[in-house]
Amino acid sequence: MSDAPAVKKKFSNKGLEFIEWLLGRYPNKQAALLPVLRLAEEEFGNIDNDSVMLVAETLELSPGYVWGVLTFYTHYRREGDGKYLLQVCSTLPCALRGCRDIQHRLEEKLGIEAGETTEDGLFTLKKVECLGSCDTAPVVQVNEKYHENLDIEELDRLLETLRG
Amino acid sequence: MAEIKPEKFEKVLTKYVDQEGSASLDFYRGHGGYEAAERVLKELKPDEVIETVKDSSLRGRGGAGFPCGLKWSFVPKDTDKPKYLVVNADESEPGTFKDRVIMERDPHQLIEGSLISAYALDSHICYIYIRGEYYDGFLAMQKAIDEAYEAGILGENVLGTGFRLDMTMHRGAGAYICGEETGLLSSLEGKRGLPKIKPPFPAVEGLFRCPTVVNNVETLSCVTHIFDRGVDWFKSIGPPEGPGPKLLCVSGHVERPGTYEVPMGINLLDLVNNHAGGIWKGNKLKAIIPGGSSAKILTAEECDVGMDYESLAAKDTMLGSGGVIVMDDKTDMVDALYNLLRFYAHESCGQCTPCREGTGWLQKICGRILHGDGRPEDPDMMLDLSKKMCGRTICVLADAAAFPCESIVSKFRAEFDEKIEAGDGHERTVHLGGPLVQPGALSAHNQERLDELQGGH
Repeated sequence: MSDAPAVKKKFSNKGLEFIEWLLGRYPNKQAALLPVLRLAEEEFGNIDNDSVMLVAETLELSPGYVWGVLTFYTHYRREGDGKYLLQVCSTLPCALRGCRDIQHRLEEKLGIEAGETTEDGLFTLKKVECLGSCDTAPVVQVNEKYHENLDIEELDRLLETLRG
Repeated sequence: MAEIKPEKFEKVLTKYVDQEGSASLDFYRGHGGYEAAERVLKELKPDEVIETVKDSSLRGRGGAGFPCGLKWSFVPKDTDKPKYLVVNADESEPGTFKDRVIMERDPHQLIEGSLISAYALDSHICYIYIRGEYYDGFLAMQKAIDEAYEAGILGENVLGTGFRLDMTMHRGAGAYICGEETGLLSSLEGKRGLPKIKPPFPAVEGLFRCPTVVNNVETLSCVTHIFDRGVDWFKSIGPPEGPGPKLLCVSGHVERPGTYEVPMGINLLDLVNNHAGGIWKGNKLKAIIPGGSSAKILTAEECDVGMDYESLAAKDTMLGSGGVIVMDDKTDMVDALYNLLRFYAHESCGQCTPCREGTGWLQKICGRILHGDGRPEDPDMMLDLSKKMCGRTICVLADAAAFPCESIVSKFRAEFDEKIEAGDGHERTVHLGGPLVQPGALSAHNQERLDELQGGH
């Protein structure tokens, strides 16, 4: 097959500079895969098939390999995820301090269940395992930021702020 | 056992974390930072550094408690291959959040400890593998590393000694198994985070098939203070088999959850009642998991124990990662165990059958007990399964799931039997574990097709 599928996306020039720097930090290109996937997530908002093709081409890996690695990890934002990814920690220390109430409230307010995205594409709700913030449970990570020691009032305020 | 005098104990790992600007290089140097590293690099030979750490009896703070200096001594000296130092900052054990404090609030002590360790190992490349969720920790570490390069503390000519060290932050992406050292190394190589069979141990063949030492954040931070204050100071704190200051993370049903720096060997009840403010809402203590979710549970009667490697081993549990999860007398232990089993089933990498199938089965069996569909033989089956999962897999995730299961089922057996006996009629609320998938339940679509099919006969 001579016609490789066209790669539709491009990294920004700054992104390419960063990749250049990254490749100098590892003895082979494959080792830069996780950070380059992160870069794709940052530049395109999430990782879709086109991003996988681009990352594969950039690091001289097969798209299948990149896809296999990507899907092993749960923390990358994927195609279809909302603008705000709400990750509710649900592991024991958070559960002991009421994360179920937090999750129920979010499901009620957003009208979706964990694992779903609101129709307006604003919120994706995910139930995740231990976020390493058990002393400030219950915790919800919104994109990169932790919101800690949440109660229902605090949570409602947070949603309002995010809705803008 | 050496006498522990808590009143004389002075914090070192978290001494400055509450102070304004504690993460900056200026602050760190203003409090004597990098003086220990400079002295080590200028005055000691690498072998002397390893001997000092051996002499200090420093044991790993990540979970396994392996003697740090001994681990370093396994790295071959007569090799042409590069040697790697990898900092395990994955901190994914439920109930653990101590390394986060170090990285966000006092990152330079980790850089200094890593610098001393890299010098001892003759390593010129250090990676810090931090879990993807810790974004603030990543930023704080990256800033500290940038400052250190700028000041000539990292790079081609460390502190003017001619020693070279490059340090790189590497973010994970949400996988518990990447806290296991060989899983971490796979992930760092750009692969799925699958653990590898040992031997070969990473010290001989690790990252990129080269000699590699993997140490926890707190362990390497301790190295800084060992060279700052001396081996005798370190050994004067806590039991001789594993001395030093220790970060313990208290979570769950206490008034003041948090990270507490205490002398190794502190009494668990002292920690919970005095440091963490006691059980919340005036409730009574029911049980404590003392060393992260993989440690065997202690009943309230068993909690009069020293928080150190040997004392906890004598109670058939472990210090593990120092994650102290406290449960009050209102806690439903079937529910609590279901929550943990769901965690392990979710996080099993799936390579080994006893783990992949075992964690899934345990979750399902515990789930049906919780759900009112338990069978009288279920608790024994869970115990049998737990036993058969241990020691039969590439890494210890299977054991980590089996330990809490075996200990909770056997120590709180009555609660399991009661739920099974109550059978179908009992209230089906799930507080801790999350929604259950009904075993064998069909989706509406499939139910319709089935009805059609059966209607056709």
